[in-house]
Amino acid sequence: MKLSQKQRDFRNGLLFALPWIIGFLALSVYPLIASLYYSFTEFNAVTTPKWVGFENFQDVFHDPLVWKSLRNTLFMVFISTPVNLFVALLLATIVTRNFKLKAAVRTAFFLPSVIPMVAATMVWIWMFDPTYGYINNVLSLFGVQGPAWLMDARFTKWALVLMGTWNVGTTMLVCMASLQEVPTSYYESAEIDGAGAVRKFFSITIPCIAHVLVYQAILGIINAFQYFQQVYIIVTANSGVKGGSAAGGPENSILMYPLYIFHNAFTYLKMGKASAMAWLLFIVVAILAVVMVKVTAKVTDSAGRE
Amino acid sequence: MGNDSYEIRKLIGKALFFILVAVLCLVYVSPFLVMFFTSFKTNSDAFTIPVKLFPREWVWENYPAAMSAIPYFKYMGNTIYITLLSVIGQLIVTPMVAYSLSKIDWKGSKIISGLLMATMMIPITVTMVPLYRIYSKLGLTNTYVPLILPTFLGKAFYIILTRQFFMGLPNSLIEAAKIDGANEFQRYTKVALPLTKPILTTVGIYAFLDAWSDYLMPMIFISKPEKYTLSLGLQQFMSEYSVDWARLMAAAMVFVVPVIICFAIFQKNFVRGIATSGLKA
Repeated sequence: MKLSQKQRDFRNGLLFALPWIIGFLALSVYPLIASLYYSFTEFNAVTTPKWVGFENFQDVFHDPLVWKSLRNTLFMVFISTPVNLFVALLLATIVTRNFKLKAAVRTAFFLPSVIPMVAATMVWIWMFDPTYGYINNVLSLFGVQGPAWLMDARFTKWALVLMGTWNVGTTMLVCMASLQEVPTSYYESAEIDGAGAVRKFFSITIPCIAHVLVYQAILGIINAFQYFQQVYIIVTANSGVKGGSAAGGPENSILMYPLYIFHNAFTYLKMGKASAMAWLLFIVVAILAVVMVKVTAKVTDSAGRE
Repeated sequence: MGNDSYEIRKLIGKALFFILVAVLCLVYVSPFLVMFFTSFKTNSDAFTIPVKLFPREWVWENYPAAMSAIPYFKYMGNTIYITLLSVIGQLIVTPMVAYSLSKIDWKGSKIISGLLMATMMIPITVTMVPLYRIYSKLGLTNTYVPLILPTFLGKAFYIILTRQFFMGLPNSLIEAAKIDGANEFQRYTKVALPLTKPILTTVGIYAFLDAWSDYLMPMIFISKPEKYTLSLGLQQFMSEYSVDWARLMAAAMVFVVPVIICFAIFQKNFVRGIATSGLKA
């Protein structure tokens, strides 16, 4: 039997995309559904899941550490994300200007983003050392007595924010690409009208790249909700240190929500509870993703109409 | 007169700009400097007040010491093995799927293109428990299958990048081959694939870095020390020798230097991939 062109295209298309389809079903769809089922069950790594209804969710809502971890994660969402976006935009603005050594400067700003996370986090732990660390020693040159950073619950999250600004290279590149697309004629006519650099930045640059900024902001929020690997490395490294705790740092001040999921799953082996927590996170991220698509479409649309 | 003050203002502005750039560069480079210089200090030097950036006395010992304190070469071998297979997997599958989504006219291409972005958003914390369960039931924990298999099933970010690239290629070349009687597979291997070299270079580098640096996946699936990757080994090293920072920094240097070399060679590809897609790797 001879296939029509349309049938052949369908068969070929399916065959070429087959690896991804298999991966999608096995590594995304199945785990998502299984995780939802698991959230209503109780089991550890070896036992069979046993149905317990909404018990896990009740447990989650009554666990003070869940709320603590949520507050810590929200700190990253509301502080770290805007700080990172601001820094990325600042760096992008610098490297879009023309000056000697521009390429080298861009490399310096971007290189941290490709450094393996374990190595980067390790260096920062060392730099945050209260006595022998680079940061407090530099601060002392200016007569400032630096805090104990990762060992003092009041400063741990600020240390994470600081550490995060070192790793904004990708956002910087995206901002840079969009800055380069702003027509120079806009700036020229503004200059004729006597606008200064600040005025130009807020009246031309920001509106022109608004859609990119919004997109990056939401992407940043989504990432902040999932932020935990660096923290895991820090708490494991500092667990021996006085005041440290293997779970979430000093006074659980950097116990992030996803980190608590991880601990429940693989440290306490409460996999049902971990799944319940994970699904709540998934709902938040899914809503954000939908918002991102909608808002980006809207902003791009209105920018296109102007 | 008025012209003079304008010139002066401009000069001051320029000077301030360069001071800002210099300070920022110093800030961004300093962790590298700290890592580099600490790795050449004696440990007691690293713990001497006043702390100096430069070693008081340069020593090499930290490097051999770090590499014998943990089975460093074993971990590096494991990491290279995983990285190589991952890169191969991504390079085979990514263009295939991207081709299907951009150059074959079938119903699924639109649906899949829409789903690609969505899959990137799924938190790993949601999927890790079911995945762990499957792999452990199949007896595949403490093997590299959970780390390598997904790379042979395509990663959304790379597929999106390559799909964008394909969409920029004119269909006429493929159409011409079709008229010459080439079947879909021949059209793909003989016409489309040779054109993808630039984007596949980009994908290859991302895949290399991803696999080389990956921490979470090995942490979930690998618990036997002899199976550790460099990420895991380094982290283990840190929790055991958390006071020996000179050695730790030497170990980190050996981990980081291949990445820096790779970046130095392929910087252009790097920048292009991110800038054109607006996405993070």
